[in-house]
Amino acid sequence: MRAGGVTSLPGYVVRRLLGMVLLLAGITFIVFGMMYLAPGDVTVMIAASSPSPEQVAAIRRDFGLDQPLWVQYGMFLRRVAQGDLGDSWIDRRPVMPQVMNAFAYTLRLAAAALVLSAVLGALGGVWSAIRHGSTADETILSVTLLGISVPIFVTGLLLIYTFAFRLGWFPTSGAGSWRHLVLPACTLASFLTAYNVRMTRACMLEVLGQDYVRTARAKGVAERWVLARHALRNALIPMITVVGLQVGLLLGGSVITETVFGYPGVGQLVVSAISARDTPLVQACVLVTASGFILVNLLVDVSYVLIDPRIRLT
Amino acid sequence: MDQTPGAGSVRLWRTLRKPRAAAGAVVLSLLLVGALGANWLAPHDPTKADLKLRLRPPSLEYPLGTDWIGRCLLSRLFYGTRLTLAVGMVTVAAGVTAGVILGLLAGFYGGVLETLIMRATDLLLAFPYFLLTIVFVAVLGPSLLNAMIAIAAWTAPHYIRLVRSVVLSVKGREFVEAARAVGRPELGILIRHILPACVPTLVVQAAIFCAQNMLMGASLSFLGLGAQPPSPELGAMLGAGRQYLRTAPQVVAVPALGIFLGVLAFNFLGDALRDHLDPTLGRAA
Repeated sequence: MRAGGVTSLPGYVVRRLLGMVLLLAGITFIVFGMMYLAPGDVTVMIAASSPSPEQVAAIRRDFGLDQPLWVQYGMFLRRVAQGDLGDSWIDRRPVMPQVMNAFAYTLRLAAAALVLSAVLGALGGVWSAIRHGSTADETILSVTLLGISVPIFVTGLLLIYTFAFRLGWFPTSGAGSWRHLVLPACTLASFLTAYNVRMTRACMLEVLGQDYVRTARAKGVAERWVLARHALRNALIPMITVVGLQVGLLLGGSVITETVFGYPGVGQLVVSAISARDTPLVQACVLVTASGFILVNLLVDVSYVLIDPRIRLT
Repeated sequence: MDQTPGAGSVRLWRTLRKPRAAAGAVVLSLLLVGALGANWLAPHDPTKADLKLRLRPPSLEYPLGTDWIGRCLLSRLFYGTRLTLAVGMVTVAAGVTAGVILGLLAGFYGGVLETLIMRATDLLLAFPYFLLTIVFVAVLGPSLLNAMIAIAAWTAPHYIRLVRSVVLSVKGREFVEAARAVGRPELGILIRHILPACVPTLVVQAAIFCAQNMLMGASLSFLGLGAQPPSPELGAMLGAGRQYLRTAPQVVAVPALGIFLGVLAFNFLGDALRDHLDPTLGRAA
């Protein structure tokens, strides 16, 4: 059932890649604009002291600030392509290595949280769906609403209070060992799990009402087998999209989680950079994160098509 | 649509009597009373510091204790609830207004206008939401007002899409054709006939977005990118108070509870309203 002009997977990927390039162009333009819209005189920030008029002129020449805006944007794009987003206005070091280093930490945290929430979410959702309408189901639904309503920073502080201060099992902050990762990952996973439970439940309920499930049951297939082979496998398809959507949530959540736990990821870096008015560092953080976000969305879309051949490639 | 007049309100009443919806409505009413009556209910000035009284446990004079510079936590809770609720509601109102106007225009008139509006919407929605607000705050500078502008700017595109999709689905329907046939002006058709069709969806989304936007506002303030001290915004209170978590947990617990209850109330209401207006959805996602 392939509709539209594009009928092959490579064609679809190419089209999506083109869309991605356009989106990246839009994002680079926004990030580029930040430099000019951000409060404070750029030259003063670069000079880091009150410069003389000659110094201002020199900086404007060196940084191309005397060029027309579109030329400056072209120069900016060239630098982006070379992976050079300039030096920090605060510590004068190149921003890109700092951001990539922090990004690795964020990825580790996000991956741990994603796996944790997917497993817990699937278990809770299936359990809730097979007991549809029961008290257990209602309780799970209410608990997930609670989970969505607790701000991440509250969950984080609660975990710190209980497992770091009271019980002393895990460190309160920092990174380095797996023990540093446990509390932040649980914090970040908590609200995603709530979403996942609700999503899995909804998908399972839909699938459980299908003819093929009834057929399998009528054939005398064991209930456990029906759930695992017939229901869950088909319910997984829409859930993959949700994982894709969650990457955005995950990024937002990681900014807060990292700040609460003093975890050296991009989130904490961008927050401190904004407070310090360090525009190049903010730009690099935004660009790297947005690119990662777009890439993951593309991967999700492609995997979606691979898993379910019925999906229309349009 | 209900055929008999009044049936809708009966059904709504039945929805609101379900436990979760009722809990949401009650909690929200209490919070609203606290927020609107802060001037009368607060026993002390929420910003008056007294270092002699720092980090006191709850007492008769200070029912929830004091913070690290001796400010009354109960008073700060009342005023903070007002700010936090306001962030949610004002940003949703702003987002809905912008979304309705642009969505109606895009859906009804189509053409270049629609392309422009929808492509800009796509771009904004392609950004991870928190990154978008952070970009806004970074550009405008950290303050509660700027955080609210950023949140509203994130809310609007969602409503633009929503309203446009409803407009597209109703603009070919008979009642619109009929209105056109009797010579109603276009603006009149938009406001009298098409806008009402969008209202149910808008209401459900508004409750859910109120919860989300409150959370986002509190999160930004928590990170130091929204309300600045000594403002009693709940997120800011938490952010500044978290270093006293070990010694005086009430400093953290009070604002945390305030935010949690507010968000929960709107989520419960939104959930119930969604079931009410679209029973086929069940309680999905």
